[in-house]
Amino acid sequence: MMIQPNDNYSIMVEDLTKRFGSFTAVDHISFEVKKGEIFGFLGANGAGKTTAMKMLCGLSKPTSGNALVAGFEVGKDNEGIKKNIGYMSQRFSLYEELKVWENMRLYAGIYGIPEKQIKERIELMLESLGFQNEINTFVKSLPVGWKQKLAFAVSIIHNPKIVFLDEPTGGVDPASRRQFWELIYQAADKGITVFVTTHYMDEAEYCNRISIMVDGKIAVIDKPQTLKMQYHGRNMDEVFRKLARNAVRS
Amino acid sequence: MMSKTPFSAFVRKEFYHIFRDRWTTLILLIMPMMMLLLLGFAITTEVKNAQILVLDPSRDEATRMIINTLEASEYFEIKGEVTSIEEVETLFRKGDIGMVLVFSEHFSDKMLHTGKAQVQLITDGSDPNYALTVTQYATAIIGGVVQEFSAAQGSIPCQIHSDVRFMYNPTLKGGYNTVPGVLGMVLMLICAMMTSISIAREKEFGTMEILLVSPVKPIVIILSKTVPYILISLINLTTILLLSVFVLKVPVTGNLLLFFLLALLFIFVSLSLGLLVSAVAKSQMVAMLISGMLMMLPVILLSGIIFPVESMPLFFQWLANIIPANWFIRAVKKVMIQGLGFGAISFELMILSGMALLLVLLSLKAFKKRLD
Repeated sequence: MMIQPNDNYSIMVEDLTKRFGSFTAVDHISFEVKKGEIFGFLGANGAGKTTAMKMLCGLSKPTSGNALVAGFEVGKDNEGIKKNIGYMSQRFSLYEELKVWENMRLYAGIYGIPEKQIKERIELMLESLGFQNEINTFVKSLPVGWKQKLAFAVSIIHNPKIVFLDEPTGGVDPASRRQFWELIYQAADKGITVFVTTHYMDEAEYCNRISIMVDGKIAVIDKPQTLKMQYHGRNMDEVFRKLARNAVRS
Repeated sequence: MMSKTPFSAFVRKEFYHIFRDRWTTLILLIMPMMMLLLLGFAITTEVKNAQILVLDPSRDEATRMIINTLEASEYFEIKGEVTSIEEVETLFRKGDIGMVLVFSEHFSDKMLHTGKAQVQLITDGSDPNYALTVTQYATAIIGGVVQEFSAAQGSIPCQIHSDVRFMYNPTLKGGYNTVPGVLGMVLMLICAMMTSISIAREKEFGTMEILLVSPVKPIVIILSKTVPYILISLINLTTILLLSVFVLKVPVTGNLLLFFLLALLFIFVSLSLGLLVSAVAKSQMVAMLISGMLMMLPVILLSGIIFPVESMPLFFQWLANIIPANWFIRAVKKVMIQGLGFGAISFELMILSGMALLLVLLSLKAFKKRLD
């Protein structure tokens, strides 16, 4: 059964399921993400969020269920999806032996940005990152926080409709994390939908809406403010603990 | 500058990876030459200046002539004389003696009158290759001298003169065996090992994930990985050929075009082998171990570069047949050394093509499985 495309949503998921043998990693999840929204996709380790994200990015085939990403059907039109999304993973994903501008050029080439626009885009990117002096620096000699910022900027070099961030701030100090979130807000202001997973509960509060996965299912999905009231938590950390307490997998 | 197509962007990136790291460049371009020169000169089956001791009770014209001829050849050097056969063993134990020449008494007389003069060659059998080569050389030289001597004395030579001639390699140069072997080893090393390591590296650092999420087709990523290694292989092929012709004095007698065609086919086989390894290996370490243990070691041990395959147990001879490099080495010998044409290596070409097809199919299957 096909999902009817809707212009208000950039991601629409219905009963999406992934089984590995007898293990159901993702168990009939359904949700929508609005256009331009910052959507936090939370869950404990092993709850199934990485598997779900991989299906949405076209890296893994769903066992059953449907999903529309940027208007393209998951599992059927992965090429369409790949052209319209950006992706950044928790493991640092730029080439360390290449210089800053070489990494930018490489990804510009990968996403088929016309030659004439590449230079202009790189300059714009360097400026918004404040990296003008680092253009010829080898990525391996940048501090971790800077690397993550650069990786994020590169992941949206082609102005995608959606950007998937898989624990983008893992191992980054609090000050750099705040700077990183400023970049996320800038991207959202440009109309890019942000789909982000994170371990840090303070970051969950920066999202417009969040979902929390427990044992392969989505336990709750709402605004952080609403969830805190509903579960009588002072912060998201308490909400998360109350929900995750009942988890079978850990 | 960098073109806008993903393919050329990738190829450029691969070149950065290889040529920015001084050690990688050095290993890829210099090591093959080192290997050739090492195996060509140091580990050689040739004999040069083997030390000879002589036990000569006759001291006549014929024995002197034999000794002088041996001394004059570049293969032997007369170290001195011994007076009794008992001394021989202790001298061998010291290790620097290659051969002992023992003449019978009244050598000239016996040869001229009865036709039954005896000379005994004693060598150190603990190194059979060496011993065999030394005796072959010495026998050939002694045979020649005897013939000459008898002719000069006006009598018809009574011995059956054995004329051993080594086809295609008249002077028994080790290089004829080394050059094709090193070629097989180097191409295997660069194409299979380096490709598998470079793909495993992308997996290890998480960059592969990003590439798989991008609209670039996996085949483009893989093809662009192979381009630099094909180029480096061709460079190495050329340097090895030049070294072998000008330094090791091994000529290329066959068709050069056919030779390069053969090399390209083998490069393709090695690349697909590398792809198969990289589909299985998750880290550089694993890729290196698999390529090292499963590909390099068998090539070194079973290709006949160092140990002759013909004298191995049947199981290993059979095992040697499933190693792609062996078929390549066999074909290279035919084209390069024997100067044979396409027809002579069509069987080897067929086997290599079959292996390439099988490997490509297997690695495609392995890659697909991983993506599901």
